[in-house]
Amino acid sequence: MSDTGKSLGLHLGLLLLLLALNWVLPAYHHGNLARIMVLAIYAIGYNVLFGYTGLLSLGHAMFFAAGMYGMGLTIRHLGWSPGPAVIAGILSGLGLSVVVGLLALRTTGVAFMIVTLMFAQSVFLTILYFTEYTRGDEGFVIQQAQRIWAGIDLSDAHNRYLAALAGFAICLMLTWFLIRHPFGKTLIAIRENEERARMLGYNVYRHKLGAVIISGTISALAGALYGLLFGYAGATFATVQYSIFPLLWVLLGGAGTILGPFVGTLFMFYLIDLSSEITTAYMLVAGVALVLLTLFAPQGFMGELRTRLIRWLP
Amino acid sequence: MNGVENVLEVSGLTKVYGGLTAANNVDLAIPEGQVRALIGPNGAGKTTLVGLITGRVTPSAGTVRFLGREVGDMPAFKRISMGMGYTFQITSIFAKLSLHENVALAVRRRGGTTAQVDGEVRAALGEVGLGDRIEQLAGDLSYGHQRLLEIAMGLAQKPKLLILDEPTQGLSSGEVTAFKALIRGLAGQTTVLLIEHNMDVVMAIADHITVLNFGEVLAEGSPEEIRANGAVQSAYLGGE
Repeated sequence: MSDTGKSLGLHLGLLLLLLALNWVLPAYHHGNLARIMVLAIYAIGYNVLFGYTGLLSLGHAMFFAAGMYGMGLTIRHLGWSPGPAVIAGILSGLGLSVVVGLLALRTTGVAFMIVTLMFAQSVFLTILYFTEYTRGDEGFVIQQAQRIWAGIDLSDAHNRYLAALAGFAICLMLTWFLIRHPFGKTLIAIRENEERARMLGYNVYRHKLGAVIISGTISALAGALYGLLFGYAGATFATVQYSIFPLLWVLLGGAGTILGPFVGTLFMFYLIDLSSEITTAYMLVAGVALVLLTLFAPQGFMGELRTRLIRWLP
Repeated sequence: MNGVENVLEVSGLTKVYGGLTAANNVDLAIPEGQVRALIGPNGAGKTTLVGLITGRVTPSAGTVRFLGREVGDMPAFKRISMGMGYTFQITSIFAKLSLHENVALAVRRRGGTTAQVDGEVRAALGEVGLGDRIEQLAGDLSYGHQRLLEIAMGLAQKPKLLILDEPTQGLSSGEVTAFKALIRGLAGQTTVLLIEHNMDVVMAIADHITVLNFGEVLAEGSPEEIRANGAVQSAYLGGE
């Protein structure tokens, strides 16, 4: 079997497994996994920029929030149905990522991190400023009646799980195809050696801009789905904390691997979940786990797996 | 080539870094198909001049015409995509990618199907003698082999003007011989600008030589003329 065949089999196999789990998992883990899949979409978006292009953003929460509010506000104030509202969320993220990309990509390295952080702060403050519409910190609930789309009640656990899986599957396979495409391969080249890529005649700026837009738009989809499926939009999701999360998930799971974002999100979610059962100092447990992983598996789970065992892993 | 005789025409090119003039009013014209060597002592401004030509360095004054077009305002990547191929003096490859992918990146920018790209990759790696290492990681190669990979990446761009910045540095004598044959094989199809310290290589493959010293063109001529030139000898040997 060719490497492509094996890789395709592995990724489609995971999606089938997740589909089967819909009918197998107990309610608690079923709900968790739905949440993890939506958050993994966010991590997938982050990974396009950080893992494959080598650009570290500290402000991705702005894209997540753009999607969440683009969806939430159109439902709340314009009475849109979930389908168009999610599209509004995606377009908000797309628009924001174009603007942020055009401006932030004038900088590199640490300056890029700071500029993205600042943009995210201004998005957060904008949400607070328009409290009249956004309900600020408190946020607003998206009622069950507003979450019914084409007769499907998205607040129902099974529908929610399947919707989360659908979004996850699309984004997972999208990135799978992206890095096989010349555009994605050029992103990897830029990550590995930007000057060489430029001196092979590639327009580095345009490729990076494309990466910011793809990354921001996928993150916005995650935000829109998260708000819709779990029925709440709030300014917390635009805070720095939510910019750091996807970085951690991607680092843990393996930056620059297709499955890494999912594995990292799953691991971190359950690490916190399980340790909080044992102790109130659960963040300490999470912190120690992170330190150990950084020391012994600096490439993350999937990255180490690729280096040591499965060379063909994308 | 639309009746253009000179692939590259440089005139009055000057670069001043603070108090140092790294290139001073340089004129250079390279006709199509020529193998031109650029020589000069360390610090003569060879790499700066090539940087000005490719657009990696912005000039203080002067113009660069490539294939009959003024390219002074173009960023480096555009000049490369017009047909300049450039290999770095300090090896610059994609260390964590396979040899195949390294060269494929050079080929793919021109477009083509996966099969076409694959064919050209194998051809370019074969030409430099790395055909049996296609799937290895570039970073695992010896220094000399990494130099050869650089050259393969240059060739794979199928450039109109191939600029080689000290390509034989670190190559074994056998590899140098193979390199000379490779460049002679390109003569007539590809115009080459070669920066080289190894005078054996220069004398063997250059049609024409330009000598730089202190950022200025000291002499220009055929290998025989340069060999006989007193000013060149004193610049290289130091003193009268």
